[in-house]
Amino acid sequence: MNFSRFGIIIWKEFKHIYRDPVSLRLVILMPLIFTLLFGYAITTDVEHIELAVYDGDKSYESRELIRKFAASNYFSFEQMVDDSDQLEALLDAGEIKAAIMIPDGYGKKLKRGEVPESLLIIDGTDPTIARTALQSGNLIANVYNMKTISGSAFQVSEMKTRVWYNPNLESTKFIIPGLIGLIMQNITVMLTAFALVREKEKGTIEQLIVTPLRPVELILGKLVPYILIGSIDFLIALFFGTWYFKVPIHGNIFLLLGLGFIFVISALAIGMLISAVTKNQLQSMQLAFITILPTVLLSGFMFPRDGMPLVIYWIGNLFPMTYFLEILRGIILKGVGMEYLWKDVLGIALIGVLLLSIAIKKFHKSLD
Amino acid sequence: MNAYLIETADLRKSFGKVIAVDGISLKIPTGSIYGILGPNGAGKSTTIRMLCGLLTPSSGKASVDGLDVYTQSEKIKQRLGYMSQSFSLYEDLTVLENLRFYATIYGVRGKEREERIRQLIAMAGITGRERQLAGTLSGGWKQRLALGCALIHKPQILVLDEPTAGVDPVARRVFWELIYKLANQGITILITTHYMDEAQSCDRIAFVFTGKILAEGTPAELIASGEFKNLEDVFIHYVEETTGQKVKSSFEEIKFLHKQDGGGSQ
Ligand SMILES: Nc1ncnc2c1ncn2[C@@H]1O[C@H](COP(=O)(O)OP(=O)(O)OP(=O)(O)O)[C@@H](O)[C@H]1O
Ligand SMILES: [Mg+2]
Repeated sequence: MNFSRFGIIIWKEFKHIYRDPVSLRLVILMPLIFTLLFGYAITTDVEHIELAVYDGDKSYESRELIRKFAASNYFSFEQMVDDSDQLEALLDAGEIKAAIMIPDGYGKKLKRGEVPESLLIIDGTDPTIARTALQSGNLIANVYNMKTISGSAFQVSEMKTRVWYNPNLESTKFIIPGLIGLIMQNITVMLTAFALVREKEKGTIEQLIVTPLRPVELILGKLVPYILIGSIDFLIALFFGTWYFKVPIHGNIFLLLGLGFIFVISALAIGMLISAVTKNQLQSMQLAFITILPTVLLSGFMFPRDGMPLVIYWIGNLFPMTYFLEILRGIILKGVGMEYLWKDVLGIALIGVLLLSIAIKKFHKSLD
Repeated sequence: MNAYLIETADLRKSFGKVIAVDGISLKIPTGSIYGILGPNGAGKSTTIRMLCGLLTPSSGKASVDGLDVYTQSEKIKQRLGYMSQSFSLYEDLTVLENLRFYATIYGVRGKEREERIRQLIAMAGITGRERQLAGTLSGGWKQRLALGCALIHKPQILVLDEPTAGVDPVARRVFWELIYKLANQGITILITTHYMDEAQSCDRIAFVFTGKILAEGTPAELIASGEFKNLEDVFIHYVEETTGQKVKSSFEEIKFLHKQDGGGSQ
C-alpha cells in the first residue's frame, strides 16, 4: 500500500462530494427525515380503540364495568346498543374495533362472589390492534372483577409482574434504537454502492486502470470520506431519534458513538463490495436492495430472532446490523457496557474486514 | 534497447461470440509513430486495450518493451501513457487537480510534480485554464489535457486511441504538432485513427479490418505496392479484395469522414 496514492484518492473523493452540493445536502437530510418519518410511522402503541357495548344486565355492576373501559386510554366508548345483532353490524361496517356483551345476571353473580362471564369481541383483521385490545380488555375486566370480589371470602392469588428497562412497554423505546440502526445501514450501504460503479459508467476507471494504482488503495481511499459522512449521519440520526422521541440513553454515549463508528465502516464495506462486483448503477441499486431488504426482517428489527429457525438465525448473523441492534438497544435501553457487548463488536468488526477484503480481491484492474 | 518496442503474435480477443481481434501480429519499431487505421468496430481499441493491460487477450502473444502483457502488465503501466477513446479524466476536477491527481498516482511528488505540471501545461498549450473544471473545456482542450495527464510520468510509449475524434481541424493540426515533438524526444507513439491524412503522417501504418491486418508498411511502401494514387486507394483495394461488395459500404464511412474533415469543422 502506497500512502501518497491512498491519500490522493481520499482527496479526489472529497472533491467529488464537495462539488456535488445536491447529494451532499441529501446525505445530511436523509437521516433527519428518515428518523422523523419512520419514528412516527412505526409506533405500534394502540390507543382509543372504538368500542360499543350491549348491556343485557343493566345493573350497577355492569355500568361500572363499562365505565372502567370508557375511562381507560385504550378504548374510546362509542355507543350503547340494544341487542347483540347491532354489535355485529357495527363490527362488519368497521365502525368499531371492539364490542362488549354483558349478559343478564352479571351483577348478581358478582355480588355472590362468583366470577361472572362477559364477552369481549375484537376485530382481528389487524393483529397488532387486536392483541392490544385483548390484553388491555382482559386486564380491565379482571381487575374490576377481582376488586369487587375480593371483599368476599373468595381468595384470589395475584401474580405480581414487573417489567424492566421499559416499564410502560412503550414501543417507541424499543423501536427508535432499532430504527436508528436500520436508517444508518440503508444510508451507508447506498453511500458506497455507487462509489466504484460511477467510475465504471463514466469511463474514468479506464484511465485509472492503466496506472500503477492498486485496488486496496482505491477501495480504502474511497471509503475514508464516506466514513466521515456516515459518522455525521449517525450523530444526526441518534440525536433526533433520542431527543425528539424522548428516548433517554441510559448507557455511555461515547461508547455508543465509538461503536457506531465501527458499524458505519462495516456497513460501508457492504456497499463497497456491491460496487466492486457490479457493472452499472442499476445493478448496484438492485443488489443493494436485495441486501438491505432481508436485514429488516432477519436482524431482529421487527421480529425477535429467538423464535427464528436456525438457518434463518444464522443468515441474520451475517449482517452487521444484527449486532448493531444489540449494541443500540443494549446501550440506549439497558445502559450496559462493553462487558456485555464485546461479542457484537467483534462480529461487526470481523464482517467489515471480511467484506472489504472480498471487495479488494473482487475488484479486478481490468475491463474484462 | 529493443528494435521493436511493441510486439504481438497472433493476438486474439473475443467477447462471447463476437471476435473483436482475430490474430493480429504487429511489430512497432522503437521511436516511431505507428498508426492503426480502420473503420468502426475493426478492433483497434480492443487491440490497444490488450497492450495497456485493460483487457486480457483470449490467446496469442504480446509484449511491450520486452514485458509480457499477461504477467507483467503492472510494470508495463509505469512505461506507458494511455489516452482512451472517450475523455476519461474527472470532469468535476479542475485542469490542475486532474494533473496533480495523476502525478501523485504515478509517484511524481513535491517540487518535481509542480515543475512537471508546469512543463506539461505549457507544452499542451492549456495555460490560463488551470483552474477551470475539466468538464467545461472544449474538445481540443480536453484532448490536450488528457495528453498531458498521459505524459505526466514521462512514459517511453504513448498509446493514443482516436485522440482527434470530435476535434476541429485546427485543433487536430495543433495536436499532431505535439505528437511530432514527442516523437522527436524519442517517445514511441501508437495511435489509432479514422483519418487518411493522419495515417499519411505516421511512420508506419497497419490497416485493420474485422479484427485482421489487411496491409502493413510505411505509407510510401503501401502506395508503391500497386497502381495506387493515395492511401485511400490502397485500402479500398484491400477491402474489396478481402470481403467484396458487402463491406464496401462500411468503407464508405471512412471516405465520408475524410471528406467532411477536408470540408470544414464541427
Ligand atoms: N466489452 C465488449 N463486449 C462485447 N463486445 C465488444 C466489447 N468491446 C468491443 N466489442 C466489440 O468488438 C468489436 C471491436 O471493437 P473495438 O472497440 O475494438 O473497435 P474499434 O476499431 O475501436 O472501433 P471504433 O472506431 O468504433 O472505436 C466491435 O464489434 C465491438 O462491438
Ligand atoms: Mg475504438
